[in-house]
Amino acid sequence: MLSEGAVKEINELTGKYANSRSVVMPALYVVQREYGYITEEGMREVANILGLRPIQVFEIATFYTMYNKKPVGKYHIQVCTNISCSLLGAEYIVDVLSKKLGIKVKETTPDKKFTLSAVECLGSCGTAPMMQINDNYYEDLTEEKIEEILKSFR
Amino acid sequence: MFEPIILKNINVPDSFKIETYLNNGGYQAFKKALKLNTDTIIQMVKDSGLRGRGGAGFSTGLKWSFIPKDPTIPKYLCCNADEGEPGTYKDRAIIEKDPHQLIEGMAIACYAIGAANAYIYIRGEFALGADRLEDAIREAYSKGYLGKNILGSNFSLNIYVHRGAGAYICGEETALLESLEGRRALPRIKPPFPAQVGLFGKPTVINNVETLACVPHIINRGASWFASIGPAKSPGPKLFGVSGHVNKPGLYELPMGTPLREIIYTYAGGIKGDRRLKAVIPGGVSAPMLIEKDLDTPMDFDSLAAKGTMLGSGAVVVMDERTCIVKAALIIHEFFHHESCGKCTPCREGLDWIVKVMRRVEHGEGKEGDIDLLLKLCGDVFGRTFCPLGDGAVMALRGAINNFKEEFEYHVKNKRCMVNGAGR
Repeated sequence: MLSEGAVKEINELTGKYANSRSVVMPALYVVQREYGYITEEGMREVANILGLRPIQVFEIATFYTMYNKKPVGKYHIQVCTNISCSLLGAEYIVDVLSKKLGIKVKETTPDKKFTLSAVECLGSCGTAPMMQINDNYYEDLTEEKIEEILKSFR
Repeated sequence: MFEPIILKNINVPDSFKIETYLNNGGYQAFKKALKLNTDTIIQMVKDSGLRGRGGAGFSTGLKWSFIPKDPTIPKYLCCNADEGEPGTYKDRAIIEKDPHQLIEGMAIACYAIGAANAYIYIRGEFALGADRLEDAIREAYSKGYLGKNILGSNFSLNIYVHRGAGAYICGEETALLESLEGRRALPRIKPPFPAQVGLFGKPTVINNVETLACVPHIINRGASWFASIGPAKSPGPKLFGVSGHVNKPGLYELPMGTPLREIIYTYAGGIKGDRRLKAVIPGGVSAPMLIEKDLDTPMDFDSLAAKGTMLGSGAVVVMDERTCIVKAALIIHEFFHHESCGKCTPCREGLDWIVKVMRRVEHGEGKEGDIDLLLKLCGDVFGRTFCPLGDGAVMALRGAINNFKEEFEYHVKNKRCMVNGAGR
């Protein structure tokens, strides 16, 4: 169940928009924060709070890639593999991470700490290659830098 | 040396705080605008020649003038901060480092079109940017630049931040509106245009971040000052984000019309390792690539259109001689394939078919006739979709094939790359 605070937060979001459906996107972020990912229970609760049919929430959760429909590790590492980063070695960055973590892309470490993803452009092309871990950007990556970053999370 | 206009505060300490902005002349343009007639402001923006920096290059003043004048109809401004065109990172710099410049531009735009509510649709990945905007908006309310009866006038305005959640298509203005209304971001068919039927069915202007950031400067320094920068039909300062195989990748603010060669060699320090340039994308991956002989092209809307490509977002992606163009084209096409929203058949099915053929060509399993097949498929998609995503995908691919056909054919015939491959 969503916490009281979360329900209140979702209710308050309705003040921002001319219709309650607009609240679905920010509400799903609340669900993701509360449950760690988008659960069916969470989606049904959002529909309930906003007076929508469940499908009106499900269809949003499945369309947008940032809503995790499955649990992810405590640290979600997303490496940009689009053109600017690829030109400067994104494939190599993915390989380095994959070896150091002992997992392939789309996998999570057994201790549930790290999930590795390859993603499209994150808008940080002047500091390629780069990756995002949770909300933070890590830029101008090298093998040494990755080593240090991972160490800080272990 | 061109003195930065939009980026002028970017390296000042605490550039994102309202005190810093006010100390550098911030919100003076808004104060000035509140004393002007709204038609005068719209005329000024028209006269300045400002054209949309999101990529379409439509006259901003003209766009504003399409909004009905009837004060009883609610109107909206949406700032398109869904910066997602690969290679592009200019709006992020404005948002993170000088958010008040954007807010001031939005406030002036809202006053001019009579909007009392505005949204900033920011891509979900820009968490820091969203936080900076929320903080900046709070500061603006507390100083009386947002809220009810701003600075003693009759004008009231609320600005809200709405975070996207990872969908390139939301950069398309009608898809952005769908997303803001809490739906899947499927583009709407036009007409009706958003100026008539936009957000929540009301007249709406959608402007890019960089476009809105130009507005305070136009009010402060005048339309003719702005119009005097760069080419007459495409004036003003422009942010060029350079990435790829250059010595000094980064964001450069230069007059519109600066030649591509100057951007790459003078500002971005030339190609790494003194290698030769092979290809350059001038305006984000939707823009067909150019080659060495095109480097003297002025970087403005019309000059690039004349070359069969586009200024787009001004994102310059540089590829050196070791780059395998087939692989680069595949990476770009994989992106469009991933981001196609699935609404219309030519884009959904066409890009899927193209990606399958591209993958086999890249991976040494290409068949004779595959390159002609790719070009045929491009023709089946182009001009047949609701929105420009499908067009962008095939323009990018056609640009690659037209300039480097022998490299594609080499892949098919020899089952491998013509070059050693860059990227490490």
